[in-house]
Amino acid sequence: MIRFAGTWFRYGSSWVVRDLDLEVADGELLVVVGPTGSGKTTLLKMIDGLVPHFSGGELRGDVIVAGHSIRDTPPTELAGTVGYVGQDPAASFVTDLVEEEIAYAMENLGIEPAVMRRRVEEALDLMSLHELRDRRLTTLSGGQRQRVAIAAVLAAAPRILVLDEPTAALDPGAAEEVLSSLTRLVHDVGMTVVLAEHRLERVLPFADRVVLLDGQGGMVAGEPGAVMADSALAPPLIELGRLAGWSPLPITVREARRRCGPLREALAELPTLAPEADGGDVVAKTDGLCASFGNLLALDGVDLAVRAGTITAIMGRNGSGKSTLLSCLAGIKEPSCGNASVGQTPPADLSAAERIRTVGFVPQEASLLLYAQRVDEECATADEEHGLAPGTTAASVTAIAGELAPDRHPRDLSEGQQLALALGIVLAPAPRLVLLDEPTRGLDYEAKRSLVAILEMLRAKGVAIVVATHDVELVAQVADHAVVLAQGEVIANGGAREVICHTPAFAPQVAKVLSPLAWLTVGEVAAALEGSPS
Amino acid sequence: MRRERTPHAVAWWIWAAGLALAALRTSNPLLLALLAAAIVVVCVARTPRDLQQSPLATFARVALIIILVRVVLQIVFGQRLPGHVLFTLPSVPMPSWAEGVSIGGPVSIEGLLSAITGGLRLAVVLLAFGAANALASPRAVLRSLPGLLHEVAVAITVALCFAPEVLASVRRIQQARLLRGRPTTGIAGMRGIAVPVLEDALDRSIQLAASMGARGFGRRPVSVSLARERTALATLILGSMILLVGGYGVLAGSSVVPGAAWLAGLGLAAVCLGVGLSGRRAARTRYRPAPVGLRSVACGASGWLSALLVVIAGVADASSITWSPWPLSWPQVTPLAFAAVVIALVPLLVAPGEARVAAARGTKIAVS
Repeated sequence: MIRFAGTWFRYGSSWVVRDLDLEVADGELLVVVGPTGSGKTTLLKMIDGLVPHFSGGELRGDVIVAGHSIRDTPPTELAGTVGYVGQDPAASFVTDLVEEEIAYAMENLGIEPAVMRRRVEEALDLMSLHELRDRRLTTLSGGQRQRVAIAAVLAAAPRILVLDEPTAALDPGAAEEVLSSLTRLVHDVGMTVVLAEHRLERVLPFADRVVLLDGQGGMVAGEPGAVMADSALAPPLIELGRLAGWSPLPITVREARRRCGPLREALAELPTLAPEADGGDVVAKTDGLCASFGNLLALDGVDLAVRAGTITAIMGRNGSGKSTLLSCLAGIKEPSCGNASVGQTPPADLSAAERIRTVGFVPQEASLLLYAQRVDEECATADEEHGLAPGTTAASVTAIAGELAPDRHPRDLSEGQQLALALGIVLAPAPRLVLLDEPTRGLDYEAKRSLVAILEMLRAKGVAIVVATHDVELVAQVADHAVVLAQGEVIANGGAREVICHTPAFAPQVAKVLSPLAWLTVGEVAAALEGSPS
Repeated sequence: MRRERTPHAVAWWIWAAGLALAALRTSNPLLLALLAAAIVVVCVARTPRDLQQSPLATFARVALIIILVRVVLQIVFGQRLPGHVLFTLPSVPMPSWAEGVSIGGPVSIEGLLSAITGGLRLAVVLLAFGAANALASPRAVLRSLPGLLHEVAVAITVALCFAPEVLASVRRIQQARLLRGRPTTGIAGMRGIAVPVLEDALDRSIQLAASMGARGFGRRPVSVSLARERTALATLILGSMILLVGGYGVLAGSSVVPGAAWLAGLGLAAVCLGVGLSGRRAARTRYRPAPVGLRSVACGASGWLSALLVVIAGVADASSITWSPWPLSWPQVTPLAFAAVVIALVPLLVAPGEARVAAARGTKIAVS
C-alpha cells in the first residue's frame, strides 16, 4: 500500500531520513516511534505528499502511495486516497460546524450529494459524534476535536489514514476512546493506519508493527515485542518484562498479568513500601476556591494545601479545571470566591516582581515564556528583569538544561530543551512554589527522564511543586500527593499511591499488572527485588 | 429533498437589507424608532440560542455610540442652527478662512433633534446588519455563494475563523508575559505581544493551508475550459459594477444617474448570466444545501415590501416620511408607513421559534 524505496530527505544540510526502505501492507496498523527530532513527522507527511510539496527540502528516492509516486502527485490529488490528521487538530479546521467540517473534503472532491450525506452519517457513527453534529467546533473538548478531525478525513473514504500524535493532548479516557475508534477502523473497515506517538504505553497494544527511528537516520521495523526487546525507548510494561526476564515480552497488560504470578508472589513477601514524606510547612493553600470564565464555573470550592518538599499531581479530564487551579495559585487569575494564598498573601495581590520570587509557573506551551533571539540574550534579560546578579539565570539554566549553545534561537531547541530553558529561567529567582502545566506534552522518554531528575532535585531542596498532568506514568514516578478534579471539584485527594491505584483510569501500567499490590514503577520493583527499599 | 424548516440564511440578509433601505429613505424619527423596534423584536425572538453572544448587542452598542457622538459633535462644533436655545457654550472666534466651522455658541433643541434623527437613521442600518449577523451566520451566507466565488468565500470564511483565534493567542501571550513580570501594555508591551502573535498566526496559516491542500482544496476538473470560466468571471464582475452604479442611482432617489432602474436591471441580469455560466462547473458539490421555499421567500420579501411601502407612503404624502424640527412638531406616522413596520414583522410568522426548530430536528416532526 505504501512503499518507501531508498528514500532520503533533508530540509537543510543534514539528512532527516536516510535511505529508508519500508513497506506498509494493506490493512495494517503501523506505529512510528522515536525520540524528538528523529523525523517521525517528516515520514508521516511524506505519505501524504505534504513533504516535499508544502515543506520544500530535498527528496531522493521515492515514496509510492497506492500506486502514485509522491514526486509528481501533490497532496490535493492524494486527498481521496490519504487522510492526514496533524498534531493540532484545531489548526486544521476550515469551517465552524462539526457536520460541515466532516463534509468539507468531500465537497472539494465533488462527491455526489446523496453519497456525501450517507458518508457523513457513517463517519459520525464510526467516531461516535452523532450527538455533536450541530455543535460549533470551538465549543468542543480536546478529545472531541481529535475525533472530528479524524471523522473529517475518514468521510472522504481514504484507503490510508495518517495520524501524528493523535493522543498527545488527551486525558487517558479520551485517548482510549480515540485509539479504540482507530482499531475499529482497522478491523471493520480494513483501513491502513500509520501513526506516530510518544506515549508508547498507550498505543503499543493496538499496533500490528512498530517502526523505531533512532534519530541518526537508522530504523528498525518489526513486531512490537521484537522491536521493543532491545529498544532504548520502552514503556514501563516492557521494562517490567525485561526485569522479570519474560520472553517474548508482553505487549498488553492482560498478557503481563497472566505471566506475573511468580513475580507477584515474590513481591508480596517483601517489606511494605516506605510511606510518603509528609513534607514541611504549608507553602500554598486554597480555601473554597472558585473561579469562573463568564458563566462557566471552572473551579467550584477547591480546598488544597501544598507543603514544602513535596510534589503534588493534579489530574482530571480535559477541561476539569486543572490549568485554572494553577493560574489561581500563580496569581494570574482572580478567584471569584474563596481564596488562594501563597505564604500568607493571595498571589494576585503581589507585585509582579514579588510574585516572580514567590511562584514560578511554566504554562502548557513553555515556549511562550521565551522571547529573545538567542539563549544567552534570554538569560541576560531574565537577570535584568528579575533583579538578579548577572549570570544567575544562566547558571540555573545550565543546572537544569545542561550546556545549551548560547547562540541558538530558543524556537530552534527541541521541546524538551525549551521546557528546560523555561524552567531554568523561572527557577532562577528561587521561588518557593513551582507550578508546571502539562510538562510532559511532546517530550520523549529521554527528556521525560531528565524532567523527573529535575523535579526530584527541586523536591530535595524543599521547593513545593504542583504538576497538572495527564501523564499517569509521570505521576507514578514522582508525585507524593495526587488530587483528581472533575467539573472543578476535588473528587480525590491523598497520597499519590493510594489515589492512582484506586482509580482504574489513572492507574499506571505496573500497578495494573501487579494489582492488588500497590507498586507503581519499575524502579521501585527493581529496588525491592535487590533488597534495598527505594 | 428536505423540507424547509427555517428561512434560508440568505433570506434573513435580504430581509435586513430591505429594512436598512427603508430606514435610509426616511427621516421621520418615530418611524425610525418603530423600525428599530421591529428589527430588535424579530432578532431577539428568532436568534438561535447556542450563540454565546448575540452580535445584535454589539451592533446596538455601536449604534448608541454613533448617536451620542453625533450629539456631542453637534453641541461642540455643529452648525449654529436657529431655534429654541437650550444653553450657550462659550464660543471661540474663528479666523475668516475657517468660516464654516464654529466652536461653542448657542445650542438649540432643533439642532439637537436633527442630530439625533440623523444618528438614528444610521443606527437602524447598523441594527439591521447586526440582526442579520445574529439570525444567520455570515459563513452560512458565504456557503451559499455561487461556485464561481468559492475561492473568495473560503478566504473570507477562514479570515472570520481567524479573528477569534488571534484574540485567544493574544490572551495566552499576555498571560505568559505576566508570568515573567514583563509589561503587557505600552509600546514595549505591544511589541512584545505583536511579534509572537504574528509568528503564531503565520504558523497557523501554514498549517491551515497544508490541511486544506491535503483535503483537496483547489482541485480543478479537467473538463471545464479555462476560457469559459474566465468569461463567466468577467460577466459577473462587470454585472456587479453596473448593478452598483444603478443601485446607487435608485437609492439616491434623484436624477444623479439617468435610467438608474434600467441600469440596475441590466446589472442584475449580467450577474445572473455569469452565475449561470459558471454554475454548471461540476468541480465541487455542496453538502446539504439549505432548501429554499415559501418561508425564505416570505422572509426576504417582507423586508423589501416594507421598504416599498415606505417609498409609496412618501409619494402619497411626503410629510409622512420626511420630518424636520422646523417648526418644532411631533412626527406623524401615516397608516401606510405603519403598515411598513408591521410587514417587517412577518418573519415572526414564517420562521419557527427555537424550541420548535429543536423539536423538529430531534424528532423529525414537520413544523406546520
